Amino acid sequence: MTPNQLMFAIFSAVIIIFSILTVTSRRILRAATFLLFVLVATGGMYFLLRFNFLAAIQLTLYAGGIVVLIIFSILLTSHIGEKLEKPELKKIIPALLAALGGALITIATILQHNFPVEVISGSDRTDIRVIAKSLISTDKFGYALPFEVISILLLAAMVGAIILAKKRKD
Amino acid sequence: MFEGVPLTWFLITGTIMFFVGIYGFLVRKNLITILMSTELILNSVNINFVAFNKILYPGHLEGMFFSIFIIAVAAAEASVAIAIIINIYRRLVNIDVEKMNEMKY
Repeated sequence: MTPNQLMFAIFSAVIIIFSILTVTSRRILRAATFLLFVLVATGGMYFLLRFNFLAAIQLTLYAGGIVVLIIFSILLTSHIGEKLEKPELKKIIPALLAALGGALITIATILQHNFPVEVISGSDRTDIRVIAKSLISTDKFGYALPFEVISILLLAAMVGAIILAKKRKD
Repeated sequence: MFEGVPLTWFLITGTIMFFVGIYGFLVRKNLITILMSTELILNSVNINFVAFNKILYPGHLEGMFFSIFIIAVAAAEASVAIAIIINIYRRLVNIDVEKMNEMKY
């Protein structure tokens, strides 16, 4: 087993175990902490694939931003010692069937498909200069338009969140 | 194959994470735990994009940019969803999806 395979096995095990714990834990704050572990392990997987910039985004935005937001809202809306009630069996069984069936079909399809072995070769272009240039270029492989659209979306989300969470006067 | 790790391993990890997210989305009743399941689903899609990008097209960066935009959309979605959840909590004093059966009009 090469070091890369070992690291992949560790990250993959952490992702699978803690994502299952995230959806089954009955204490909501613990579920949020398990979600944090899953997100950090995903960031580790990006490091393994040498996407350093994406891994940094994952750690700061997901693990640092969204999880903190979720924990804040948990503290605002529920009591810490409180346990969630157990889901009923008539809800668990269809959900489990749907999830297992979907997973089995997808994994069988993945294993049957032959992915091309010889890849289109090229130099590793995860240099930060290349990323910055293609984010604002309008040529082929440039992402200027989605970049502008996403900035408007973030602005709209910010305004919307402020208006929604504001206290009404009436 | 990326330095000894085949593409299918990444895809299977992503698949399991995705369907665990689906299970949580269907079973949970608390709104915040449903939001956490959504985050799991979005993350598994990101893993797939990045693995395809690195292993099949190493000279390009499309998968990485798609992942960056997905992360940005997820951040926007989480902020608006939490604003809505807090607003609901103010009106109904709990955030159980099965107890929300009234609209304003």
